[in-house]
Amino acid sequence: MERYYQPEIETASREQLTAWQNERLVRQVKHVWDNVPYYRKKMEEKGLTPDDIRGVEDLGKLPFLSKADLREAYPYGLLAEPLKNCVRIQSTSGTTGKRVVAFYTQADIDLWEDCCARAIVAAGGSDEDVCQVSYGYGLFTGGPGLNGGSHKVGCLTIPTSSGNTERQIMFIRDLNATILCCTPSYAAYIAETMKEMGLTPDEIPLKAGIFGAEAWSEEMRRDVEKTLGIKAFDIYGLTELSGPGVSFECSAQTGMHINEDHFIAEVIDPETGEVLPDGEQGELVFTSITKQAFPLLRYRTRDICTLSHEKCPCGRTHVKMSKPRGRTDDMLIIRGVNVFPSQVETVLLNLGYGANYQLVVDRVNHTDTLDVLVEMTPEMFTDNLGEVSRRQKQIVEGLRSMLGLTAKVTLVAPKSIARSEGKAVRVIDRRKI
Amino acid sequence: MNVNQISVFLENRPGSLLAMVRVLAEKGVDMRAFSLAETSEFGIARVIVRDVEAASAVLREAGYVHSVTPLIAAAIPDTPGGLEQTLSALNDAGVNVEYMYAFVGSRQEGAYMVFRVTDNDKACEALSGAGVRLVSQEELEQ
Ligand SMILES: [Zn+2]
Repeated sequence: MERYYQPEIETASREQLTAWQNERLVRQVKHVWDNVPYYRKKMEEKGLTPDDIRGVEDLGKLPFLSKADLREAYPYGLLAEPLKNCVRIQSTSGTTGKRVVAFYTQADIDLWEDCCARAIVAAGGSDEDVCQVSYGYGLFTGGPGLNGGSHKVGCLTIPTSSGNTERQIMFIRDLNATILCCTPSYAAYIAETMKEMGLTPDEIPLKAGIFGAEAWSEEMRRDVEKTLGIKAFDIYGLTELSGPGVSFECSAQTGMHINEDHFIAEVIDPETGEVLPDGEQGELVFTSITKQAFPLLRYRTRDICTLSHEKCPCGRTHVKMSKPRGRTDDMLIIRGVNVFPSQVETVLLNLGYGANYQLVVDRVNHTDTLDVLVEMTPEMFTDNLGEVSRRQKQIVEGLRSMLGLTAKVTLVAPKSIARSEGKAVRVIDRRKI
Repeated sequence: MNVNQISVFLENRPGSLLAMVRVLAEKGVDMRAFSLAETSEFGIARVIVRDVEAASAVLREAGYVHSVTPLIAAAIPDTPGGLEQTLSALNDAGVNVEYMYAFVGSRQEGAYMVFRVTDNDKACEALSGAGVRLVSQEELEQ
């Protein structure tokens, strides 16, 4: 039987959810207007006052916030509570420019940990479980979030943080950890290490994994599930909104339930800002309606996904989001088709190859061309020319069915794709438009 | 009785073959045979060397994707119909040749030929049966 951490909230009727959202949004807009001059100015520029926002149906009137706003307002510009009411900060890894610093009151920490607790229970966790948190602890939200959620559920919590894989495995085995929380790539690494140690899935006590904080594919899920003998659940979140647990997967494993009593989700056309209906792919936008210290209204996540209000067999009523397909920054439009480098990566990984590739887009005779450079790997190579050509065509076919367009695949020498600071340069767009 | 061929992936662009040959030459790798297969997009260099392990290490170090494949090598009688006789022995045994190329053997014997076939054991048997002398990797190492 399906269990819930907060059943009355997680299975609330749509009417109830809307009623909560209406009331909380109105209150939150007023809180922000009163305490965040940065956002108040944005509202004033649109000729808005809090009176214009009477419920969720008015949400679309509010201005967006973007990552650029967060950088501009660093560090205190979006803070909505006096610092004496704040008890914690967390911070993003900040790949470009300034870091994002998010503030929390004790109530903010509580709601965040509740969200993580819902995710753990949805993954089958209870106070009978031993939950190993192998996300990094510290400024990164992964460790603290799941740690707090695990406490709330009543699991025995092992705060290993990331790294020292042998010790991770020792704790899993000696203390009978049943739930593992970490990034999917670290889970894959732990699985790989266990396999090398000759451990079979039934010698590993784990039964579930809660993996997030980076993009991962269905293939990767199946792999990790098989090697560790677990069911693997996706979890989604952003430091800007609290951390992991903004949404989480249930037993159906067909999308992540967004905690709608705390966050209102919209999907918009990244070009026009227009709100899109269920099922249409666009940029995910969140409004946090309960957070006190760092309440973001209509925050553009840059993640591309779809929403679904379809009834879920798990009984939860909160809207589901698909696994993000990529970031708006990475999206390419080629011959009118949206293409994400991550889709190319999925095709290559599916065929058992590495993820060293580069997309070269050009325009020849008014038509876009896509050339995918793939670094040759020992797995892809044989002495037989025909066989290598066949494997190359297989990649072309895989790309055609994934992207809906024909790409040229060029096999190139290992390590020949330009790298910048250790990361491969994924896209070269030579189109002059 | 096999010889080990090293196959190397090459991009099809000017200079890539030269760069690889140069790497081998600089490290003193002694090549006995060389053949190139290519499409418009990439190429595979096939090399027979005296010391397979050393050559493989040199290529690995230089970052080349390559593989080592056991092939059949035979001394082809330097008489009219010598190659025909060899090929028909393979044909009669039902062994398919995927590719083959020649290289210079000893002064007395003339040409050596390497064959990439579907079944090495069967090919060895067929050629020995037809009186064709097989060449081993050890012999190349001398
Ligand atoms: Zn569900």
